[in-house]
Amino acid sequence: MSRLLKHRELLLVAIIVALVAAFAYRAPGFASPESLANIFNDTSILIILALGQMAVVLTRSIDLSVAANLSFTGMAIAMINAAFPEIPLAILIAAALGIGAMLGAINGLLVWKVNIPPIVVTLGTLTIYRGMAFVLSGGTWVNQNQMTPDFLNAPRLPVLGLPLLSWTAILVVVVMVVLFTRTVFGRALYASGGNPTAALYAGIDVGRTRFFAFVLSGALAGLCGYLWVSRYAVAYVDIAVGFELDTVAACVIGGISTLGGIGTIAGAVLGSLFLGVIKNALPVIDISPFWQMAISGLVIIIAVTFNARQERRKGRMILRDAAKSRARPSELAEGAAA
Amino acid sequence: MTLPMPAAEPFAGNDVPIMEMRGISKAFPGVKALDDVEISLHAGSVTALIGENGAGKSTLVKILTGIYQPDSGEIVIDGRPVQFGSAEAAIRGGITAIHQETVLFDELSVAENIFLGHVPRTRFGLVNWKAMNARAAALLHSIDAPISPYTRLKDLSIAQRHLVAIARALSVEARVVIMDEPTAALSHKEVEDLFRIIERLKGQGKAILFISHKFEEVYGVADRFAVFRDGRSIGSGLLAQTSQDQIVRMMVGRSVEHAFPKVDVAIGSTVLKVSGYSHPTEFDDISFELRRGEIFGIYGLVGAGRSEFCQALFGVTRPSAGTVELEGRRIDVRSPSDAVAAGIVYVPEERGRHGAVLQMPIFQNISMPSLSRTTRAGFLRQAEEFAMARRYAERLDLRAAALSVPVGNLSGGNQQKVVIGKWLATKPKVIILDEPTKGIDIGSKAAVHAFMSELAGEGLSVIMVSSELPEILGMSDRVLVMREGRMAGTWNRADLDAETLVRAATGNA
Repeated sequence: MSRLLKHRELLLVAIIVALVAAFAYRAPGFASPESLANIFNDTSILIILALGQMAVVLTRSIDLSVAANLSFTGMAIAMINAAFPEIPLAILIAAALGIGAMLGAINGLLVWKVNIPPIVVTLGTLTIYRGMAFVLSGGTWVNQNQMTPDFLNAPRLPVLGLPLLSWTAILVVVVMVVLFTRTVFGRALYASGGNPTAALYAGIDVGRTRFFAFVLSGALAGLCGYLWVSRYAVAYVDIAVGFELDTVAACVIGGISTLGGIGTIAGAVLGSLFLGVIKNALPVIDISPFWQMAISGLVIIIAVTFNARQERRKGRMILRDAAKSRARPSELAEGAAA
Repeated sequence: MTLPMPAAEPFAGNDVPIMEMRGISKAFPGVKALDDVEISLHAGSVTALIGENGAGKSTLVKILTGIYQPDSGEIVIDGRPVQFGSAEAAIRGGITAIHQETVLFDELSVAENIFLGHVPRTRFGLVNWKAMNARAAALLHSIDAPISPYTRLKDLSIAQRHLVAIARALSVEARVVIMDEPTAALSHKEVEDLFRIIERLKGQGKAILFISHKFEEVYGVADRFAVFRDGRSIGSGLLAQTSQDQIVRMMVGRSVEHAFPKVDVAIGSTVLKVSGYSHPTEFDDISFELRRGEIFGIYGLVGAGRSEFCQALFGVTRPSAGTVELEGRRIDVRSPSDAVAAGIVYVPEERGRHGAVLQMPIFQNISMPSLSRTTRAGFLRQAEEFAMARRYAERLDLRAAALSVPVGNLSGGNQQKVVIGKWLATKPKVIILDEPTKGIDIGSKAAVHAFMSELAGEGLSVIMVSSELPEILGMSDRVLVMREGRMAGTWNRADLDAETLVRAATGNA
């Protein structure tokens, strides 16, 4: 399995490289370093959100409220910035993380304590959080000229050739790799999605793990609220509408199993990059955005089929076990003990 | 065969069987489930199929209903050999079954539930609702069930649903009706109603195969019996001429087939003391003491509340009353992690479902309940995890290409070793093994038993839940028998004998 997963990530890399090469053939300059850096920068927000989504999906849940969370938090931060320009940016970013985490915690509590299916909870909070953004702003926009220069420029600040936005995504990826593979929480994510009962018996609190997955997803959505508003230099109620589906798509394309317990950070990042490349390339070669949606959809279906075939491999393997025990008679007893 | 039969008189049916199974054998990899068994069913007669758990009753039912195909032997109906290649073929052959847990559909009407799969149709191929509801009403009337065919199933009580399941079984033209533990979910009054229906079916000349653990019911409703043990036919005949004692002896009277490697261990001081442990719905007033190095068997029929009790002890569910003392200190187990921390671990019955996270590598599965020992400030230390996994893999002779291989890639026996290894790695004081050898072959069983002795020898206390009498008799220092959620008694090894335990478990005093 792990070899197959690695294989899958290599496959994604190959597909992305092939896509870039094909687009570069039609539109020279597409594969230039500046263009690629630009694509990465453009995909940064998706990568961050997809990693939050991945934490949730690993626990057999889904968070459909990330884009609404982003919209509300982005609006709140932009309004604070407009009203109190003297508040330093660091505090605003901390506030964005905090507000996002709070909205995520609401999802998490409803799933954990009230026992409502995640898809229903987040479908509900999706509309509620957007509605809150509308109530908060009264439907008005926060424009570029109301925001402080610091607030607007920070993500664009170039550091070692890349804008700070890209570095933020890279930092989030590194932190998530450590969190997912090197901490008890990360292990609990995989265990509680892989086999909730076994996890429970091993002393892992599945409900609490899920709750914190939602908090994490919410916090990252909050951070992206600031990044989005700052990058596009405007805050209004309808920013990032439908973007939650892109985050789910990135996870699915990257091989995060919707049944929980399976998936790697590399997969989620590559899934996001794949969508990023397509989104940036199609306009370059003059294909309408509607085709872009259809192509994304097609890729998701192919990816899900691929995942399903992978799942199916996990049968009882009676024949293989039998062959093994024939090969090594001493193990006959074990082979039969299925 | 179509003689008029008064239902009230004790009547053992026609002497010529309408259905016979001859020389039926069925093997699964490593296990011979049925070995040359015979059974015959007679029109207007109830035959009770009796045997311990694992005697092969369910396999026989599955063969009769076309779900399994026998390896050898024949099924003869009215003197003609038949073959059931599928469940549908068995139904067409006139065989229908009522199972212990009925599978019905909450949102559909009673009539739809009864005819699902063979809905009456109109000329145009559409559902003939009128005919369906009328036939459903007639069927329900024929079993005295006052239920409207239009009612949604979800509005019915458990007992009423059972009647619907019976009506469903009778909605096909059946001559043989199999009832597999039909009373398991019913109250006393509902059992009486069921028996009335059985009398009615007898009166219609149907042959009934009745499977039950309860002697009271067997003697109450059946005319004939057949006893199975370890997949073989042991005896059959008329119940009126056979005493309960004779039947109990047939069920258990065996020479112990493989020597149990029970090693005598010096029994130490009390480790675990359970007093008055109760649960609002599953078990009541369980008390015992467990000593160091002791193997403590818990025996009972399926559904006696053994697993439920052990799960409460492990913190999966909360008890309503009672206390637990571990090494003289009272402990309050609110969750499995509390239990693991205190030194109590539970190896569940369904290891595939409850035991391992199949997608995860071996080493992560083994370290899972011991993460507090392999982490520092919430960060995992992989070297420690690998060291721990290597220790227990070696000790259990686990065969795998590498410890980073997902557990799902291992054979069943090796998966089980991972599950056991993961619990041993927590260095427990008490280990609860729920049906440790269920569904595994003789060779692996012996290995598990040897390992249990080894654990006891190292001073661990073992609680072994088992439905297999030879295992209980062979391995336990003491045995607690549970019946219907209550203690039926405890016995020391010296006083153990099969018949006493079966009597205690079945309530046949």
